Amino acid sequence: MASGNTLEVPRHEEPHHDGEPRRRDFLSIAAVSVAGVGAIAIIVPLINQMNPSADVLALATTEVDLSKVEAGQGIVVSFRKQPLFVRNLTPAEIAEADKVDVKSLRDPETLEQRTRGKKNWLITLGVCTHLGCIPQGITSGEDRGQFGGYFCPCHGSQYDTAARIRKGPAPKNLFVPDYKFTSPSTVVVG
Amino acid sequence: MVRAIAILIGAGIVACLAWALFGTVYSAVTDPAPPTAVEEFHRHPKEVELASNGLLGTFNERQLQRGLQVYKEVCSNCHSLKHVAFRDLTQLGYSAGQVKKFAADWAVKAKQFDPKSGDTTDRPNTPADYFPTVYYPGTGNPPDLSLITKARHEGPAYVYSLLTGYQDQPAALLKHFPDAKVPDGLYYNPYFANLNLAMPPPLTQDGQVTYLDGTKSTVDQNAKDVTAFLTWAAEPNLPARHGYGLAVLGFLLLFCVLSYGAYQNIWRDIKH
Amino acid sequence: MSFPWAKHYEPKSGFTKWIDERLPLPRLVYGAVGAGYPVPRNLNYFWNFGVLAGAALAIQIVTGIVLAMHYAANGGVAFDSVEHIMRDVNGGWFLRYAHANGASMFFVVVYIHIFRGLFYGSYKAPREMIWLLGVTIFLLMMATAFMGYVLPWGQMSFWGAQVITGFFSAIPVVGDTIRIWLLGGYAPDDAALNRFFSLHYLLPFVIAGVIILHIWALHIPGSNNPTGVDVKGEQDTVPFHPYYTAKDGFGLGVFLLIFASLLFFAPNSLGHPDNYIPANALQTPAHIVPEWYFWPFYAILRSFTADFLFIPAKLLGVLAMFGSILLLFFLPWLDSSPVRSSNYRPLYRIFFWVLVLDVLVLGWVGGSEISPFKVALGQITAAYYFAHFLIILPIVSRAERPRPLPNSITEAVLAKKGGTSPAHTALSGSPVPAE
Repeated sequence: MASGNTLEVPRHEEPHHDGEPRRRDFLSIAAVSVAGVGAIAIIVPLINQMNPSADVLALATTEVDLSKVEAGQGIVVSFRKQPLFVRNLTPAEIAEADKVDVKSLRDPETLEQRTRGKKNWLITLGVCTHLGCIPQGITSGEDRGQFGGYFCPCHGSQYDTAARIRKGPAPKNLFVPDYKFTSPSTVVVG
Repeated sequence: MVRAIAILIGAGIVACLAWALFGTVYSAVTDPAPPTAVEEFHRHPKEVELASNGLLGTFNERQLQRGLQVYKEVCSNCHSLKHVAFRDLTQLGYSAGQVKKFAADWAVKAKQFDPKSGDTTDRPNTPADYFPTVYYPGTGNPPDLSLITKARHEGPAYVYSLLTGYQDQPAALLKHFPDAKVPDGLYYNPYFANLNLAMPPPLTQDGQVTYLDGTKSTVDQNAKDVTAFLTWAAEPNLPARHGYGLAVLGFLLLFCVLSYGAYQNIWRDIKH
Repeated sequence: MSFPWAKHYEPKSGFTKWIDERLPLPRLVYGAVGAGYPVPRNLNYFWNFGVLAGAALAIQIVTGIVLAMHYAANGGVAFDSVEHIMRDVNGGWFLRYAHANGASMFFVVVYIHIFRGLFYGSYKAPREMIWLLGVTIFLLMMATAFMGYVLPWGQMSFWGAQVITGFFSAIPVVGDTIRIWLLGGYAPDDAALNRFFSLHYLLPFVIAGVIILHIWALHIPGSNNPTGVDVKGEQDTVPFHPYYTAKDGFGLGVFLLIFASLLFFAPNSLGHPDNYIPANALQTPAHIVPEWYFWPFYAILRSFTADFLFIPAKLLGVLAMFGSILLLFFLPWLDSSPVRSSNYRPLYRIFFWVLVLDVLVLGWVGGSEISPFKVALGQITAAYYFAHFLIILPIVSRAERPRPLPNSITEAVLAKKGGTSPAHTALSGSPVPAE
């Protein structure tokens, strides 16, 4: 800037030396700051548009009719575009789940904790907590693994009758979503 | 050289257009197009006063609720509203429970395809469903109403004018254009593009709809309310748009003032 | 850069030095739009529009990319997917209205930019290449805008695609084959919609590339200025930064203010209501018009109503419409006047303003329904448009006696500001300190 040139270009910096108009630079700083705030504000809608849209959120709850699911059977329903396993446990399966020493589990939870008041209704996401495959065992005839629950064929995770991880690479039990019974035979998930 | 060629080409184009202009003027003089009934009798929509008008317009919830009632009881037999979902009705001030019941009670049921049997069965609508499509077997082609106020020039005024504009064909029209008699099965309406409309007058008498909120039900009121409702249906985000718009304009105004100050400040010693 | 007094980038910290030795990008920016680019000190607000056009393109690209995350280019769902954006996507109405009105703002800005170039002779030597690249950008913009307008798949989208691809059917012998190839069918449908979407996404990046060339070519001679007189020395220029960055910042603020007013308070005012009616291949809207920025060219197309010397009117109209843009490529050689700025060209200046009015009238004619009066008016104004560039300009640039030019930019500036103080004007060409 101060190249010793006598031309007018550098002159506007000179007033800075006598200190007086320095506060006029406030304008530049303020304008740039406001522009910065605006630039950040405009990013909000650009990012928010990728969040689930209103029609996707509208499908965020699913009503399940339990009346046709008999003890020992299970059904798969779609919940937020993911499979939801709804299983009516037999007393034997409940007993087997209760028998397990919770402290020995990788993800310690009792069947009590994994159900909502009715111990025979085990409702979980049908998504393996390892890498997201759908475990087998909900439909009769499928391989339930050596613990009588679910078996994920992708990487060999085995779940017991309370859908808790017992063997294989999965870190967590099958996820239990929020749900509540709106009548003895209807449950609203989500 | 370029310029010589350009002048030649230019002269050619001008000659061509002059010839075309001669044709235009000649036919306008010797064979002027006769006036048509539409030119003489088509009317510009009447203005309609709605809460959503103007730069700061918003919606009147109670009016939208009345409009929904008119749509349900009068329009929905023939006209779909397929871009609007039942869940959107919460914006009209209804609770989630009310919307759920409204959707379940809706006369046209949602279609459900069973991929195993290949059958399509009916099931009650849920809030997540869109207003089901109405299939109309009669004459005419009732348009979907979700976007009607945006799909016509001055949409709200047009809808209101059309609903209240039915009348007998003016005698003067028949006198000047004897061939322009309204065809059988159509109805005269000066606000419709070609004056003859397949839709029978939908609002024929006061009290046709009994408003739940006790508002006096007249044809004019019904038309206004359903216009307000359809304006909402076409642009439900209008109040948000106006609100954000005001904030953004204020912010940009501040930026303009500051940046103008900064600009003048930086240039203060430079003559330009 | 060709100005010996241009400042050079000097990295201050060790880090910027390290960067500069490996990828001198900061140096490039410094020289292109930073303190290292000397710009005439007397530019008026019309010189803001280049930067504004760049900003408009950036807005279109950013909003377009996010819209493409929700849009579906399939005839069955395209219209619904746009409504889905408008109603259900978070802030979707804002993004779509910004994109739709952003296109209009882009054209407003570019038209002012073009007419600024016409008035101040910015197309003349040594800036012909800038002009040629600019016309190329304009053509690419028109193609992009047309294809973008097809995407919502409303009635105007569909019939716009039908009519515009119909231009190609005017070509003798192979016309129909070309049209069917363009559409991938006999009428616009999924195939056309998909390829238009693909190209609509691609072309803005091509435009951005040509803009880089446009700016590169600009930096060889430097910016023109309202006097049209060459820069003679350092006293004639100021560094781009902070002087023009500050001015462009203010210009951008005003641009955004107008843009936001449109977007938030009248978002559909420049669109056509028929495009809110889903595409229907069996029903043409009563009155079809393109978007407003094509109206003047549409009017030229419609003005050719009569066959001429065995050439069918349809072919003439299409040729004239394309010709009306392509002739701009020859502009630097049609105008032989050595004087750039119309401020010193008393005769050309009159014709320039007639041209502005002419194009406005053409636009009005192109946007309204046909009547004998408007067709005749369109024919007269179309004739003037061609006559202006092809006949008047070559002749006027020879015949006209320009007014005396100032000796330098600085002299012109001081004469204007200082109330034509003879002491200042006498110091022609030499460095003049301010006041």
